[in-house]
Amino acid sequence: MLQFILKRLMLAAIVALTVSFISFSLMFLSGDPAAALAGETASGEDIEAIRTLYGFDRPMLVQYWEWLGSALTGDLGQSYYFKLPVASLIADRLGVTMTLGLCGITFALLTAVPLGVAAAIRPNSFIDRLSLFMSVAGQAMPSFWFGLILIVVFSIKFGMLPPSGASTWKHFIMPTIVLGYYAMPAIMRLTRAGMLDVLSSDYIRTARAKGASEVRVLFKHGLRNAIIPVVSLAAVQMGFMLGGSIVVESIFALHGAGFLAWESIGRNDLPTVQALILVFAMFYIVFTFLADVLNAWLDPRMRSS
Amino acid sequence: MKGSFLKTTIAATALLAAAGSAWADKANDTLNVAFTKELENVDSYFNSAREGVVLMRAIWDGLIYRDPATNEYKGNLAESWTWIDDTTLEFKLRQGVKFHNGEAFNADDVVYTVNFVAKEENGVKTQRNVNWMKSAEKIDDYTVRIYLKEKFPAAIEYLSGPVAIYPNEYYAEVGPSGMGLKPVGTGPYKVTEVVPGQHFVLERNEDYFDGPKGKPAIGKVDIRTIPDVNTQMAELFSGTLDLIWQVPADLSERLSSMEQFTVANESTMRVGYLAMDAAGRTGADTPFTKLKVRQAVNYAIDRKTLVSALLQGKSQVIWTACFPSQFGCEQDVAHYDYDPEKAKQLLAEAGYPDGFSTEFYVYRDREYGEAIALYLNAVGIKTDFKMLQYSALRELNMKGEVPISFQTWGSYSINDASAMVSQYFKHGSLDDARDDQVLADLNVADSATDPEVRKEHYSKALKRIADEAFWAPMFSYNTNYVFTKEVSYTPTADEVLRFATMTWN
Repeated sequence: MLQFILKRLMLAAIVALTVSFISFSLMFLSGDPAAALAGETASGEDIEAIRTLYGFDRPMLVQYWEWLGSALTGDLGQSYYFKLPVASLIADRLGVTMTLGLCGITFALLTAVPLGVAAAIRPNSFIDRLSLFMSVAGQAMPSFWFGLILIVVFSIKFGMLPPSGASTWKHFIMPTIVLGYYAMPAIMRLTRAGMLDVLSSDYIRTARAKGASEVRVLFKHGLRNAIIPVVSLAAVQMGFMLGGSIVVESIFALHGAGFLAWESIGRNDLPTVQALILVFAMFYIVFTFLADVLNAWLDPRMRSS
Repeated sequence: MKGSFLKTTIAATALLAAAGSAWADKANDTLNVAFTKELENVDSYFNSAREGVVLMRAIWDGLIYRDPATNEYKGNLAESWTWIDDTTLEFKLRQGVKFHNGEAFNADDVVYTVNFVAKEENGVKTQRNVNWMKSAEKIDDYTVRIYLKEKFPAAIEYLSGPVAIYPNEYYAEVGPSGMGLKPVGTGPYKVTEVVPGQHFVLERNEDYFDGPKGKPAIGKVDIRTIPDVNTQMAELFSGTLDLIWQVPADLSERLSSMEQFTVANESTMRVGYLAMDAAGRTGADTPFTKLKVRQAVNYAIDRKTLVSALLQGKSQVIWTACFPSQFGCEQDVAHYDYDPEKAKQLLAEAGYPDGFSTEFYVYRDREYGEAIALYLNAVGIKTDFKMLQYSALRELNMKGEVPISFQTWGSYSINDASAMVSQYFKHGSLDDARDDQVLADLNVADSATDPEVRKEHYSKALKRIADEAFWAPMFSYNTNYVFTKEVSYTPTADEVLRFATMTWN
């Protein structure tokens, strides 16, 4: 097990390094950062002065090396736009994104797994059809549309929930549903397929034959085996939610890290974008790593592969 | 547009639902306002955003004030001013004014602010707003002189606009980033909360002096950044916002049919135009170096239809390289009324009977850009449509690689032609005309102290720009303000929200 974890850790570190390098070089292809910084009224000389001041005239590899060095010590540079340290800027906004991501994935798991199990117990029943309908609708509905519909219904028509902002727990209800709903269908279908597969296997028949209660069969023998791929999927979805909640954050004016990334790209705010890509990639890598470890713990067969 | 169906749905549902909602925060004396863009820094010298100008007018004061209705200059923090010579202005300052932190306002504040912002290495974002000043000197506690680098007759206009006066002791201590997080000024509103880019709370300055801005009536202004205009509308409907602005024309039209909202439209100083490579920076003998081609472009555009169908509101057709209300913006210049046949004929005469192909660059308002491209295509100018970020297009522009582009310029709301025509026609890196005659006239107009001389030379320059069709100026922009019936407000033509003039009904 320890060897497995170490191998995975190495792999994760290599991936992190590669992602950081790619993101660093991509930003240099997207336009002259000095011209972006100088703003609308700058002259050619102003731009040259900024280029030297910020060191854009040096070789890219040197700039990357320097950036990586200070990033490892927690110094992610200064935002060109806000003129504030990127680290504190991201820290300020990551809370909202993390809260939203955790609520979203919890909501998705709490609704999708029971529905998936129910659908698997009675294939082709009403509950199966309902869960199929929900997953098709969830996949098909764009989140900006779903978000606005919720706002129209719950904020305007019934006045129950605040339409935007992040100051109370009530503000998170609608964004959680929108974000979670998007992740639900895949989890639900995977749970259903896994459960169907497991329930038709020999050891379930054996468990039933030896007189185990149906609850015990379903949850101890069935779900524990069927859930393994769901864990990986949920980890990937969680990573996706942190980086991909841009639309949700923008509709509900949540000012999280996803929205900051989106805006920073438009502003050519190089340090902020680079730091955010790094942070998101790290989350993604950490979640995938944790999912691997969790899987290996749940299923000893995976440790050898 | 992602949401026209959505907007219809929202508007329709809201119409049904709105009847029972409780309105606004008149009871709490709090006006809730939305910004669309995240403001980088409240310190007005370190942002270049419209939102920044709005906050600046509420939090700080300038030495001079321009009445937005009459364009008359009045004393604000200064009581009077005189030109000592062509490059020296002397101000008598208002007495008894206090900053929000209790610091008394006097000559030291003016001297510190001017000397700080005029120094290029301090990095004021929009250098043009301040780089005409050399320094300031204290004569006595309430008399101060500002020295100009060279003759600059538009000084009064700039002093009534972007040059806000900061408290010297506080600014020296906290600097621009501290000022951005905890702003202190003399203005009608003081700041009680700043969450960078997201949330700003202003409270009425009870001790505000009896100046030309007037005493503020509304107790508290709560500004939140809500990027999605549909969400802003939802907030407006549910009563958690009282005022939104920069609302697109189609939405405003629907909102105006709802009786609980006032929709006010006002023009802005932003002008949309086509810039053409007349100087041949993209290559010698390229189509746009030929006068007839540039005139053909001017004839090809149906400006009236663009204004009436797309921009709507108080937008107007523009023929000049400046906004009509700006000082020196001569209106009696060559007009090119829509005439596609004449455009085709001119292209043929220029040696392009079958037209030609060109790259066409756009950085904002894609739908306007596409309409313009259609007009160009119709006379035989085939366009390779390229939409870029502003900074990327600007970079190409400075390298001289843009044959024709759809550009806009808002002049920072400065009511003087120098803010636009002199920005682009003085052989800078963005000047695609490089015309010596225009340069000579602008040099005189920018530095003459006699207003009549200035007018005369701006007129000459603008007439030549129109005759030579260096640009195809097209239209001015407008903006919509939507607020609840609880609020009374008359927007001004410079796209600045003035909280101090808003009242509850």
